[in-house]
Amino acid sequence: MLNIKNLHVKLEEEDKVILKGVDLNIGAGEVHAIMGPNGSGKSTLSYVLAGRDGYEVTDGSASLDGVDLLDMDPEDRAAAGLFLAFQYPVEIPGVGNMTFLRTAANAQRKARGEEELSAAAFLKLVRAKAASLQIDAEMLKRPVNVGFSGGEKKRNEILQMAVLEPKMCILDETDSGLDVDAMKLVAEGVNALRSAGRSFLIITHYQRLLDHIKPDFVHIMADGKIIKTDGPDLALEVENNGYADLLAEVA
Amino acid sequence: MKIDTVDVVREGVDADTVAAVRTVGERYKYGFESDIETEYAPKGLNEDIVRLISSKNEEPEWLLDWRLAAYRRWVNLTEPTWAMVHYPAIDFQDQYYYAQPKSMAVRPKSLDEVDPELLRTYEKLGIPLKEQALLAGVEAPEGERRVAVDAVFDSVSLGTTFKEELAKAGVIFCPISEAVRDHPELVKKYLGTVVPASDNYYATLNSAVFSDGSFVYIPEGVRCPMELSTYFRINAQNTGQFERTLIIAEKGSYVSYLEGCTAPMRDENQLHAAVVELIIHEDAEIKYSTVQNWYPGDENGKGGIYNFVTKRADCRGDRAKVMWTQVETGSAITWKYPSCILRGDGSQGEFYSIAIANNMQQADTGTKMIHLGKNTRSRIVSKGISAGKAQNTYRGLVSMHPKAKNSRNYTQCDSLLIGDQCGAHTVPYIECRNNSSRIEHEATTSKVDDDQLFYCRSRGMDEEEAVALVVNGFCKEVLQSLPMEFAMEAQKLVAISLEGSVG
Repeated sequence: MLNIKNLHVKLEEEDKVILKGVDLNIGAGEVHAIMGPNGSGKSTLSYVLAGRDGYEVTDGSASLDGVDLLDMDPEDRAAAGLFLAFQYPVEIPGVGNMTFLRTAANAQRKARGEEELSAAAFLKLVRAKAASLQIDAEMLKRPVNVGFSGGEKKRNEILQMAVLEPKMCILDETDSGLDVDAMKLVAEGVNALRSAGRSFLIITHYQRLLDHIKPDFVHIMADGKIIKTDGPDLALEVENNGYADLLAEVA
Repeated sequence: MKIDTVDVVREGVDADTVAAVRTVGERYKYGFESDIETEYAPKGLNEDIVRLISSKNEEPEWLLDWRLAAYRRWVNLTEPTWAMVHYPAIDFQDQYYYAQPKSMAVRPKSLDEVDPELLRTYEKLGIPLKEQALLAGVEAPEGERRVAVDAVFDSVSLGTTFKEELAKAGVIFCPISEAVRDHPELVKKYLGTVVPASDNYYATLNSAVFSDGSFVYIPEGVRCPMELSTYFRINAQNTGQFERTLIIAEKGSYVSYLEGCTAPMRDENQLHAAVVELIIHEDAEIKYSTVQNWYPGDENGKGGIYNFVTKRADCRGDRAKVMWTQVETGSAITWKYPSCILRGDGSQGEFYSIAIANNMQQADTGTKMIHLGKNTRSRIVSKGISAGKAQNTYRGLVSMHPKAKNSRNYTQCDSLLIGDQCGAHTVPYIECRNNSSRIEHEATTSKVDDDQLFYCRSRGMDEEEAVALVVNGFCKEVLQSLPMEFAMEAQKLVAISLEGSVG
């Protein structure tokens, strides 16, 4: 599904290289986790895949189902099935949550040549998915993320994911700032979306999320590269011992 | 994702998006010219021209005298310069003050007699003139919804729809030139009583040379059976358009009035100096909505309409209400302050405005709420959007007079900046001369965030959709106060005016 080969990325404004040759392959239906020390480039990787400005790719490639991602505008990547759940979701005053969702969903459908959903059909669809995330009608009417608590913002990201039905979902520290119950709710939301045609890349610092969303593979990223890949036990190892040993191995 | 380097103009803005703003000037889709043979009065302004205009309209002596008095006053006045707008000096003698489509030399008795080319222009602009037509783009769920339309082409009213039906309700809706002939006592009673000829430079000029406009009279207790609308189109070159609108709502009556304006794209600037007077009696209500889309000039500031307008409502009776709603997206220079004189006890004034300035546009606009009576209320919601190199100024006055006990005002004045070369300014004046009034003023300034746009784009919306969504959210409160027909047009207009202006 997602193939990243030897990706080198630097900041546009400065001569700072963040990704120094990332190789990563995610197959359909797989759940991968990325952990690593702060500053290792995890968030940068997610932003580069989503198409945020401010980064320059100096080498390497990234493709989604064989299509070159890096050449596409952010909205085209979304229509192609990529979704990034942000670590810090932005507020959009005056724009109702439902309006935002409908505009996004229909924009993607239009781009794919599919029929747009009517307001009534869409409402039904959203209500069903919102209920399981404990997002009530009132929250759907509020402006996007305005005044939302940390937990509400993250649940809202998962709601968007559920409504837009992407095939490659990147979760950037979705568990940061969440209490245990909120985290469980988010994990349940993600698990409900797991399917053979959908893959996940979960960026996290903590094992506890991975207790609930069991990954197939765990990668450790440090200093702009993936230094180790293994099964779920790797995360437990890091949780218990920290990164020092792993970094020493590579050095 | 760009592989090559992108210049960053400032944090959150890149040169690409700033360059994209410049294409907006090409998108004014009303910029076509109509090939109509036009009859012009000789250029320049003097007493003879004033007399000519008066005679073209077949006006009575008293009105000619009124005009001449205004003209003689105007000659001794100097243009005000306190507004935050800069433009090359206007040569008032280098203009035509009257232009009429030749086919209108003998006024047609009905729309069927009007030059089809003229009607085609309106059709092109999406304004249907035929009797059973709906205002373009409108389909109300309740069934057919009709809007009476008065079409003004250059200085001349082409005709008004639904007149017979309105007449049945006792409503008078006709060009002001016709009202002078058919209802002189009404015109004489009210003309110039809200905006006297001495009010300001442009009102004085308008009083001398106004050519046409709409006249509305709603009798006591009548709720006007349909919305009334006037559509102004400037076509002739180098011609000033000076229309005059007068609306009178008798006791307990109600009317909703819509005003739309467009003009062709030209290299020279054109002057538009209008005067609108509203008189609202006891328990009556007027809702006045404007969607102004005059040609704003190109991206270098060449051409465009100079829009100097005096609009004022006089809430003469107790519990009289007025609501001004405007969406200003065009004209090179805008100078207008729709105001309310809250004379009657318990009267209310509301002002909702979206003013968009892009490229080289300059806008100095706002409102005046003059509280004279007790328990009067006013509400101001102003949304200014600046993009390109535009300058947008909100200038407002809230004045509570000594006798205006328990009066209240709420003002919310928000500015949105797109890009790094535009400006937003706020000049609020608050005068309170009694100790039981309450005045609240809130102001915010924000910019359209790159992060917000990226968030929207990452969900599938393209850049323009994203800007439109964010800006619509910003303007929501005002858009919701527009009559349905206008709300849809306004939403589209907001998106078009800001096409490419991401920042």
